[in-house]
Amino acid sequence: MDYVIEMLNIRKEFGDFVANDNITLQLEKGEIHALLGENGAGKSTLMNVLFGLYQPEGGEIRVRGEKVNITNPNIANDLGIGMVHQHFMLVENFTVTENIILGNEPKKMGVINIKDAAKKVAEISALYGLNVDPYEKIEDISVGMQQRVEILKTLYRGAEILIFDEPTASLTPQEIDEFMEILKKLIKEGKSIIIITHKLQEIMDVSDRVTIIRKGEGIGTVITSETNPEELATLMVGRQVSFKTEKGPSNPTEEVLRVENLVVEDYRGVKKVKGLNLSVRRGEIVGIAGIDGNGQSELIEAITGLKKVKSGKVTINSKDVTGKKPRVITETGIGHIPSDRHKHGLVLDFTVGYNAVLQTYYQKPISNKGIMDYKLVSKKAKEIIEMFDVRTQGEHAMARSLSGGNQQKLIIGREIDRDPDLLIAALPTRGLDVGAIEFIHKRLIEQRDRGKAVLLVSFELDEILNVSDQISVIYDGVIIDTVNPLETTQQELGLLMAGHDKSEMISVGDDIVLKEGDNDDVK
Amino acid sequence: MTMSNRTINLLIPIISIFLGLLVGAIVMLFSGYNPIDGYIALWQGIFGSSYSMGETVRQISPYLLAGLAVAFAFRAGLFNIGVEGQLIVGWFAAAYVGMAFDLPKFIHLPLALLAAAAAGALWGLIPGILKATLRVHEVIVTIMMNYIALHVVNALIKSISGGSFKLDKINQTASLRSEFLSNLTDFSTLHYGILVALAMVGVMWFILEKTKTGYELKSVGFNDEASRYAGMNVNKNIILSMVISGAFAGLGGAMEALGTFGNISNMAGFTGIGFDGIAVALLGANTPLGVIFGATLFGSLKYGANNMPNAANIPVEIVSIVIALVIFFVASGYIIRVILNRMSKNKEAK
Repeated sequence: MDYVIEMLNIRKEFGDFVANDNITLQLEKGEIHALLGENGAGKSTLMNVLFGLYQPEGGEIRVRGEKVNITNPNIANDLGIGMVHQHFMLVENFTVTENIILGNEPKKMGVINIKDAAKKVAEISALYGLNVDPYEKIEDISVGMQQRVEILKTLYRGAEILIFDEPTASLTPQEIDEFMEILKKLIKEGKSIIIITHKLQEIMDVSDRVTIIRKGEGIGTVITSETNPEELATLMVGRQVSFKTEKGPSNPTEEVLRVENLVVEDYRGVKKVKGLNLSVRRGEIVGIAGIDGNGQSELIEAITGLKKVKSGKVTINSKDVTGKKPRVITETGIGHIPSDRHKHGLVLDFTVGYNAVLQTYYQKPISNKGIMDYKLVSKKAKEIIEMFDVRTQGEHAMARSLSGGNQQKLIIGREIDRDPDLLIAALPTRGLDVGAIEFIHKRLIEQRDRGKAVLLVSFELDEILNVSDQISVIYDGVIIDTVNPLETTQQELGLLMAGHDKSEMISVGDDIVLKEGDNDDVK
Repeated sequence: MTMSNRTINLLIPIISIFLGLLVGAIVMLFSGYNPIDGYIALWQGIFGSSYSMGETVRQISPYLLAGLAVAFAFRAGLFNIGVEGQLIVGWFAAAYVGMAFDLPKFIHLPLALLAAAAAGALWGLIPGILKATLRVHEVIVTIMMNYIALHVVNALIKSISGGSFKLDKINQTASLRSEFLSNLTDFSTLHYGILVALAMVGVMWFILEKTKTGYELKSVGFNDEASRYAGMNVNKNIILSMVISGAFAGLGGAMEALGTFGNISNMAGFTGIGFDGIAVALLGANTPLGVIFGATLFGSLKYGANNMPNAANIPVEIVSIVIALVIFFVASGYIIRVILNRMSKNKEAK
């Protein structure tokens, strides 16, 4: 067998911590090789070893059969290895071409030769069907397009082997589909690909083989066509994981949240929520399905008081809270799991303990006459760590040091611990692995079963379908339809999310499609 | 064997100071002066007599307060460059209250200190409000407030004193001077200000580590968005931190008014204490205890260096370079940390 890359028995330590232990990964020419593992299992570390960012303590790396010593990323580049990081490394106010040539600018008599570079970028873009405009500024293009610029960057530098670190984490479903097509084109042109992910369905869809890492240890490599998501999940987590979230029928009672004719503008004064109506009752989970940017974040910020309401009314437990301060609304009984846990959910440079009381620090008995009782803070934090299985070195560890899943558990623990009547969960499982997703879904359903109302916003159709009791589809700032998850399909939801009315659809066998002549794309 | 973190933390400042002195020595050598004489003069200037030690401690007090002021604002995420101006208005307020009233000491002295703190707080309040309501960057406003402070105070001195260049001396009832401390240190100008400054170190520690307000200020400093999501009033915290920071700076001015000088004179330019406060705070990693370290280093070097031109005939310019080098190396502690880590790692590998 022809291996373009062999990483044999790699070991990487950070002080006493072993991040990679005896991991072997062999990449065949022309294959898509998935690297699977939970958050913090050591996937990124392994790839950083290959890319020359870390030096391994043991094992060896061979590129095209030859033993190599990759001591910095330039050597990796020279060997034809290119990496697309999860967090893009692009200069926002530079053009596509400027970003691509950054650090390696072609010069003509001392002046940067943008024109030729742009031409070359356009050529590569056309070859792989990337559809990138070399002169567009990064800040003006979508996240999916930015990712293509990152791909172009590696190709421009002559990469034959491409490493993708969690490439789909920030993409919309449509962009993910397009990304998968690009991967296939890359393979067709003779490239070899390693894709780091914990999304099982993607692995099944696109990869040829899978190497699994668990807690830093290499578990082995399997051929994708000979395995299934259940087996992969078991290998990854080390125990059986249930995919179908188990839940009984919902038992909704009185209304907790009522949103009437809500209009919200963004900071530029553009209307993002345009007369939206919504109702969530005790004992049910209402899922808001929709493509990113259709007013979801404005809706949540308006409900929680973080954004001004232009017009309309928000009622919680029959109390009008429109235009009230965030803290007042929180105290009427809202728990909020924000979509961006780093920016909005946690103070990363605070300890776990400090973060555990971020919503209650000012209340008795934690704060008494303006003096904090930090012993009590620690006690509260320990309770939450215990109850929500937050894996951390303790309540004095920095929130920054926790893995994404554990950060999210901390936030969820903090919010649920306050026993809110309405729990708003925005993208609660974004970037998390199956184990953590399972845990979080269980907690949401548990809240419902305790007679609380849950509002779930998600871009993941699977999540919406599995967890919700009612699905409200948001499109262009309004709820265009509400469907029962047991009676709908991914296709129908997809069409609704794209702004098509149910009257435009028709059933053909098991499929739901648009009626004749209505096949044009979303406006 | 690896060096424990504690040893490294202790070693860093020592090595830094040593390296700074070493490079300073080279500079002196190349300029044709004897570095050994120079450093003996510096040592004598700081520790040579009980008098010089008294003066050194006296010099440390305003640095402590200026450092606290910068550090406090910094913890709330704000860069207060206006400590200089806040210190000047505090100096003036204390000097004026000390001179204009005739009250028993137990009222007069606290009142003068309070006036200084209030004046500094007011000078911090303005940039705080502008930042909170209009998002004007505090660095710009505080820099401009420094100039306003300087010239307004000079104008006030002139008009109050009837055309003179200084105000009358303060009344004894407002003075921080202490016969006891002075006698103890061979008649230096050491005064009770150092106790006020140390008390403020305690106050800053208490606010940050024990109070609800401190929790909020730190939260806003680290992540104002998450703080807003948690229902905190971010704007209130921005203003409050600038006010408290300004109050510390104002008290720094009171040290000069009520202790060292006993009055205020027309200023040709900035005192520099407020700007040095930035370095003091950064040297101390913006923690109350760290500020003590930074202020001690700054105050000692500043005062001790005065002896170098006299005792070792080294020109003031070279002295300034040497002092700057020491501070530079202390501030570059990070480099030394990296080297130490690598050394202990190499040892381990063998």
